[in-house]
Amino acid sequence: MTTDRRRFLGGLATVATTAAVASVPGSAKASGKKEPSPTAVAMLYDTTLCIGCKTCVVACREANGNEPEVRDGMHDAPMALSSDTRNIIQLAKNEKDEPISYMKKQCMHCLDPGCAAACMLHALKKDEKGVVHWDGSRCVGCRYCQIGCPYNIPKFEWESANPKIVKCELCKHRLAEGEIPACCEVCPREAVIYGSYAELLAEAKRRIAAEPNRYVNKVYGETDAGGTQVFYLSHVPFEELGLPDLGDHAVPETVRNVQHTIYKGFAAPIALYVTLGFVMMRNRRANEAREAAEAANHQE
Amino acid sequence: MTSNEKRTPDLAPVDASGIGALETRQHSKMERRDFLKIVTAAAATVGLSSSAAVEMAQAALQGLKPSVIWLHFQECTGCTESMLRTSSPGIGEVILDLISLDYHETLFAAAGHQIEAALHQAMEERKGEYICVIEGAIPTRDGGVYCKIGGRTAMELTDMVAKDAAAVVAIGSCASWGGIPSAAPNPTGATGAPEILKMANRNVPVVTIPGCPANPYNFLGTVLQFVTMGTLPALDEKLRPKFAYGRTIHEHCPRRAHFDAGRFALKYGDEGHREGYCLYRLGCKGPETFANCSTQHFNEVPGAWPIGLGHPCFGCTEEGIGFEAPLHATANVARPTPPDTYPPIEGEPGAVSAVASGLAGAIVGAIAGGAMVASRKLEVGEAEMLADREAQKKREG
Repeated sequence: MTTDRRRFLGGLATVATTAAVASVPGSAKASGKKEPSPTAVAMLYDTTLCIGCKTCVVACREANGNEPEVRDGMHDAPMALSSDTRNIIQLAKNEKDEPISYMKKQCMHCLDPGCAAACMLHALKKDEKGVVHWDGSRCVGCRYCQIGCPYNIPKFEWESANPKIVKCELCKHRLAEGEIPACCEVCPREAVIYGSYAELLAEAKRRIAAEPNRYVNKVYGETDAGGTQVFYLSHVPFEELGLPDLGDHAVPETVRNVQHTIYKGFAAPIALYVTLGFVMMRNRRANEAREAAEAANHQE
Repeated sequence: MTSNEKRTPDLAPVDASGIGALETRQHSKMERRDFLKIVTAAAATVGLSSSAAVEMAQAALQGLKPSVIWLHFQECTGCTESMLRTSSPGIGEVILDLISLDYHETLFAAAGHQIEAALHQAMEERKGEYICVIEGAIPTRDGGVYCKIGGRTAMELTDMVAKDAAAVVAIGSCASWGGIPSAAPNPTGATGAPEILKMANRNVPVVTIPGCPANPYNFLGTVLQFVTMGTLPALDEKLRPKFAYGRTIHEHCPRRAHFDAGRFALKYGDEGHREGYCLYRLGCKGPETFANCSTQHFNEVPGAWPIGLGHPCFGCTEEGIGFEAPLHATANVARPTPPDTYPPIEGEPGAVSAVASGLAGAIVGAIAGGAMVASRKLEVGEAEMLADREAQKKREG
């Protein structure tokens, strides 16, 4: 009896796994890679131009009404992105602790955002420009978006009674008024610029082609994590800037493939319930047989 | 500037040639060029163009000099003294060529009934046109008996002169919000002119030029704009001209780079102090004091302002700071901005630290172990139950 059950369960697991794995390649095409919309906008940051003046950090605060983060009583000195800091300039150092590059960090506005995929109520979504933005009227505060983001961008107002998810929304209130994001407007060296997705990708490639020795031969964001709407050009390896090598697939792609496969035509749940029903029937019969035998014994 | 449209209508079109006529005026030996220079400087202070300066000069030449009635209350006369020592324009040019000073207790040779008569004459002749300048705080306690001139309290005098004025200019911190006389415990109930006029329900435009003393340029710029353009400069919510009080001292401080880099003088005369480092740690109130001292030094002497002389800003223009906050207590920074240091790149996103993974492993292990123990117990329990049932059967059997 015990052996039977173990063997049966083992077999069941194998069947389920085989079914899931077998159908992944087929459905990968169906869910597919997300492409930028024709009206997609973008931002391009070039580490070789940034002078670390932090004007963009101050302008971002003013444009979005975020409070300065003052710890020493004197300076607005955020250490990382936070619920008050949507945009930050950090300093990359080498092993000898020598500065090698500035790094501007904000939302990457992924083509296929992990945060939006993780959000169960679509509080985070992309608009027609591709801006990933948060809709407070739909949010339940589960913070799955924080876990879903491969770049650790969305922040939660832990100290608020009515907390919001805070992240760069590409100054969409300014875009609506025909202006450009505050950081791009104030940058004194055009180290960060704003434009259409196609134009900026072409511009990034043009810069690399014009000065191949100046840059790492890659536009970060072209394909990374399924493509982002913020591009980076760098003279140091992107890992040094804290930009991880996430491969070319978007984070939600894998999840979507697995889930879409399992629930395709509702086959897996039906199979599962059929199997369970079968097991129950079988057990019931066995029990009935045993009870009948016991009753017979008892009578004897 | 608010507007150039509300110009005095009877002004002649801009014609600088007429300014030469100035030389014929008996009381002045000023050259045309000097005069223009003075007026241009005054115009530039309020952010007006040089053509506006020519208009100012025209206005002054055509005898449209504004009548100014200057009242003194609870004060040290420091604002007048600093006015007297300004050289471009000098006080002589100001009171003889640019304005018509019709009543001023410090500068008038007359006294007693004579000066009282001058005051009333000026008020009658230019009713509704003169500018009322108030220097000094106004005591309110005990019916305002602590400051009386010619038998009238400061409160009565303020109301009497201000009610027919075209505009009221409160010069210095005392007149603006109370200044030194209003410092705790404020025995006389000293208060500023705007508050008194509000209490008296006088609907006259009020400008405050706080400072201890007020920078003469800010005063002259305001008065000359009113005379020439018929407008007052844009004011903030404390009725201060934005051209002078729109930013903190800190924002234009020549020592600002030291603040951002974290280089501070810690004691008077220490190495940092001698190097000209930031005075914030010595109690400088620059970061919360709105004034233009850091760009408009006093009396055209470069460096003639507290921080330029190596002393922390005292916050004299700010109500609640000057004469109230301890001199060497560090200030609150009104508009914090980034330092010139940088946060490091954060750890690899999504990376899990060894400690965290160890902890997670321990938790998973504990749960798995617990489950195993529980299932064993269940098995044992099941076996015992079966054994009991067998025993029962045997007993029954």
